[in-house]
Amino acid sequence: MISLTSPVRTRAHGWPAGVKLAGLCLASVALFAVTDVWLMATVAGAVLLLYALPGRVFLRYGVRRLWPLWPFVAVIVLWHLATGAAQDGLLIALRMIAAVALANLVTMTTTLEAMMGVVRGLLRPLRRFGINLRAMELAVAMVIRFTPVLAQKGAALSLAWRARARRRPGWRVVVPLLVLALDDADHVAEALRARGGLRDVEGK
Amino acid sequence: MERNVAQIAVFTALIAALGLIPQLTLAFGVPITAQSLGVMLCGTVLGARRGAIAALLFVGLVAIGLPLLSGGRGGLGQFMVPTSGFLIGFPVAAFVTGLVMERLRGLPVGWAAGIAAGIGGIVVLYAFGISGLAIALDRPVTEAALLVTAFLPGDGIKAVLAGLVTAALYRARPLSVMSRP
Repeated sequence: MISLTSPVRTRAHGWPAGVKLAGLCLASVALFAVTDVWLMATVAGAVLLLYALPGRVFLRYGVRRLWPLWPFVAVIVLWHLATGAAQDGLLIALRMIAAVALANLVTMTTTLEAMMGVVRGLLRPLRRFGINLRAMELAVAMVIRFTPVLAQKGAALSLAWRARARRRPGWRVVVPLLVLALDDADHVAEALRARGGLRDVEGK
Repeated sequence: MERNVAQIAVFTALIAALGLIPQLTLAFGVPITAQSLGVMLCGTVLGARRGAIAALLFVGLVAIGLPLLSGGRGGLGQFMVPTSGFLIGFPVAAFVTGLVMERLRGLPVGWAAGIAAGIGGIVVLYAFGISGLAIALDRPVTEAALLVTAFLPGDGIKAVLAGLVTAALYRARPLSVMSRP
């Protein structure tokens, strides 16, 4: 499965994921402390500049991922215009764009493995309370494998429906998909048990 | 243990798959994805605890950068957008759906699942979503609620479908509906 990490290598790809995430937290909190429209516009401009630094491909990809925000920007600005607080509206819209852009930037420059590393580190203390890290990691791997499989099976079921009926395949396709998914789960569970199961070996 | 983990993983994948397949989007005027139907089914089929874990796993995987949300969206930015309240509410919605489902033992499966999906997948999920919108847009809750009323009929249909699907699954595989031991 494709992750959202940018294929364009940037210098930030090499930075530790934990540092980037902590920085993102701090930056997001700081964004909410800014109450001046002009300062916010400068910040948003600076974030855009960060996108432009690694080159045009990176910039275009980043902007495309921000594009779905435009209905919200329109709603915010129009709404605040109507209530006579246009500046507040602009501030909120700019803040939203900057916050989403920064968060996307972290996702685009961090690999899935690095992110998993951070999650593992954060969850390790919880093992004492019975959180099975091995089971969690295996579940993550299974979801990544199962998602395209289920999507494919769903598409196949829709095709099978179309081959027999004139009407569009609707919700009825969900039932056999659910049965197939539960069967898959049983098979995988059996295979796991046959290979020694899911004991949290590291937790001893 | 292995069976629980596999079932949770499969349902997490099901939430994602329901968002991926364009043929499964239910078009009733408003383009709506079946993704929240997946969250409802987590609760009605897996029950409160496992359903919530499956939805939580989904939210976690979106956070670490997998494009599992409908339209291939994902990543940390999804927790900053105005609609992020809905995403954050997924695990709670699945939990409440499962809880109601487990409490309504007396009712037929389909009715119980439909009611549970309505309470968990609409009332609870909208409470989260509307709060998120109100915070992000800096508007009172009542005005934010107006914005999402357009999606209410679609989600009502999805709650009914969750009931029908769960009832059909119960007929096909009674043991698979784990919220109903």
